[in-house]
Amino acid sequence: MAQGELCNRKKVDTLEHLQALLNDTNGKKYYEEMNALDVDTELLWNTIRKTLKEKARIRTWLEICAHCGMCADSCFLYLANNRDPEQVPSYKIQSTLGELVKRKGQVDNAFMQMVMDTAWSKCTCCNRCGTYCPFGIDMGIMFSYVRGLCFQQGFVPWEMKIGSGMHRVFRAQMDVTTEDWVDTCEWMAEEYEEDYPGLVIPIEKVGADIMYTVNAREPKHYPEDLAEAAVLFHIAGEDWTVPKEGWEETSLAMFAGDWEACKLQVESVYDAMRRLKAKRMVVTECGHAYRATVVEGPYWAGLKSGQTPIPSFHYVEWVAEALRTGKLKIDPAKKIKEPVTLQDSCNYIRNAGLADYTREIMSYIAEDFREMSPCREHNFCCGGGGGFNGIGRYRKQRNIGLTVKRDQILATGAKLVIAPCHNCWDAIRDLEEEFEIGIRWSFLKPLLLKMVIIPDHMKPPEE
Amino acid sequence: MDIYQFVTGPLAWASFAVFFVGVIVRVALYVRGLDWQLDRVAYTEFKVLGIKGAIRSIVCWLLPFGTRSWRYYPFFTLIFFTFHIGLLFTPVFLEAHNILMKERFGFGIWTISGATADFLTLSVMVAAVFLVLRRIALPEVRILTKAYDYLVLAIAVAPFLTGYLAAHHIGHYQFWLIAHIVAGEIMLVAIPFTKLSHFVLFFMSRMQIGMDFGIKRGGAKNKKGMAW
Repeated sequence: MAQGELCNRKKVDTLEHLQALLNDTNGKKYYEEMNALDVDTELLWNTIRKTLKEKARIRTWLEICAHCGMCADSCFLYLANNRDPEQVPSYKIQSTLGELVKRKGQVDNAFMQMVMDTAWSKCTCCNRCGTYCPFGIDMGIMFSYVRGLCFQQGFVPWEMKIGSGMHRVFRAQMDVTTEDWVDTCEWMAEEYEEDYPGLVIPIEKVGADIMYTVNAREPKHYPEDLAEAAVLFHIAGEDWTVPKEGWEETSLAMFAGDWEACKLQVESVYDAMRRLKAKRMVVTECGHAYRATVVEGPYWAGLKSGQTPIPSFHYVEWVAEALRTGKLKIDPAKKIKEPVTLQDSCNYIRNAGLADYTREIMSYIAEDFREMSPCREHNFCCGGGGGFNGIGRYRKQRNIGLTVKRDQILATGAKLVIAPCHNCWDAIRDLEEEFEIGIRWSFLKPLLLKMVIIPDHMKPPEE
Repeated sequence: MDIYQFVTGPLAWASFAVFFVGVIVRVALYVRGLDWQLDRVAYTEFKVLGIKGAIRSIVCWLLPFGTRSWRYYPFFTLIFFTFHIGLLFTPVFLEAHNILMKERFGFGIWTISGATADFLTLSVMVAAVFLVLRRIALPEVRILTKAYDYLVLAIAVAPFLTGYLAAHHIGHYQFWLIAHIVAGEIMLVAIPFTKLSHFVLFFMSRMQIGMDFGIKRGGAKNKKGMAW
């Protein structure tokens, strides 16, 4: 069966393979090869049979969908695309997965490319439709499943193939090695030590209260985020540590539908949990990372409890707790005075129930907090979730998708948007670049650092 | 045996048997097909959270305007509940059906007046007309609609139309009566084998997604449970 050199069904398990993909600028050769990639219909149908035909949930969903169309307005991509009927979630899934099942996997290359385009450019797996369907049919879950089928067949966007390969080779979404990570921690501690005497980033400390884990983009592209986390833990007096290995929470493998790599990735974090025996894990301001490692991860790793080896918390939970218990105190004069709004990340709000924690934080730090409408569990995806932000092939569609969030932000009148999630942060940055509506965006950490009261004994000695 | 005796006798028994066995099998297969690892829901580990989530999920969606989604589409919600309440309520509490039950089994239940039954029956039919018009008029529903959707709707409405004509002696009574009985039997048999299986699978699917959101997703760390 024909497979390309770059575009194929092989898993990216070596640095050479990964490098070959990276050398292919914009995936030009990769997508050319995709046009000649055969569909392994036997493998496809066998997988569908084992995971769908014999299992109740998705099979029943496909069967009982009453075609009522109540999912239409729940989808931000439907709204952003002038209510294009082809963007109705039910239509998207019936015309892809529904057809795959109906045709018993007997589909061709063109069909699979259409499925790929639909799965990655018409659904961000934000699961909003699932909360609007009377039957609770969750097209987001089904599209994750479809992505898995596509990945297995090699019909996966170039960046996603690279992303999952990164996890396979580096156990991180970027090529951050253990040495790079340790160096960054040491470097950041040194950089900030002058302003915050006694500041350390403890690596691999056993038995700490908190094991902190991050998004690989932080050490790679904005290491100050790591420093800010360290400073806030320092001010709060936390006993914390970061693991030497197993520090990366994100999972582009989840976006890619590479379930095997998902398992490899979360197991590296769970190993760290077991090794360091911290009381709890706190994850940085990232939505999909939390979902991958805390919400879905235990299932990939085969943990029947559905729980991580030690209790796990999102950064917003830690911040809310630190403010509530007085570990962090806000200087009232420095609270945010201007109108400010908050982006609810689908992954830790709708998919983890953390909406109250972010509101609690806002009550401490903002004087004029304005909710987007809708918000909380009913929020719209930022427009860049599910890998959408990072796929060049779908840049145009992604930019159209951003308009719903743009309009929501504009309606609040706020110029500052707090986005405690990397994907949301990116999407909001990009929508400002694209539409120039005059807004600023921020993670929580830099804002908190500006507002928090530093105890005298933690201040640098005056010269 | 004349045709009336046949449709009210062996055919009725057969269709009730298919209906009951069918829905029980559908429910059993659904539960058996759940897979904690594939669905990624720790069904058995968090029974209490799961049950709470399931109940919340079912109750919110059974209440007209009980969810944000129902409130978002008020007109459709009205049609939807009118249709389903009439569809379920009328045959069970209809006096004529209860008289039959008393004759056959020696017991009946509380019944509704003829006027109420007429009102509900007409409501079902009017609602069905709106459901059809909605399918034709709205592009987002039109793109989803197949001939099968109309067939399923026709199967559900046929007993009401024929029953109404028979009850009011419009046209040939005996013909409409038999047509009514056969239509009812077709519906019973169709329930396990068609989309009408949502008669029971609605509860199963809602329960499952309720457990999903209750155990690990939007309802897990939200004290009030998932905000449907």
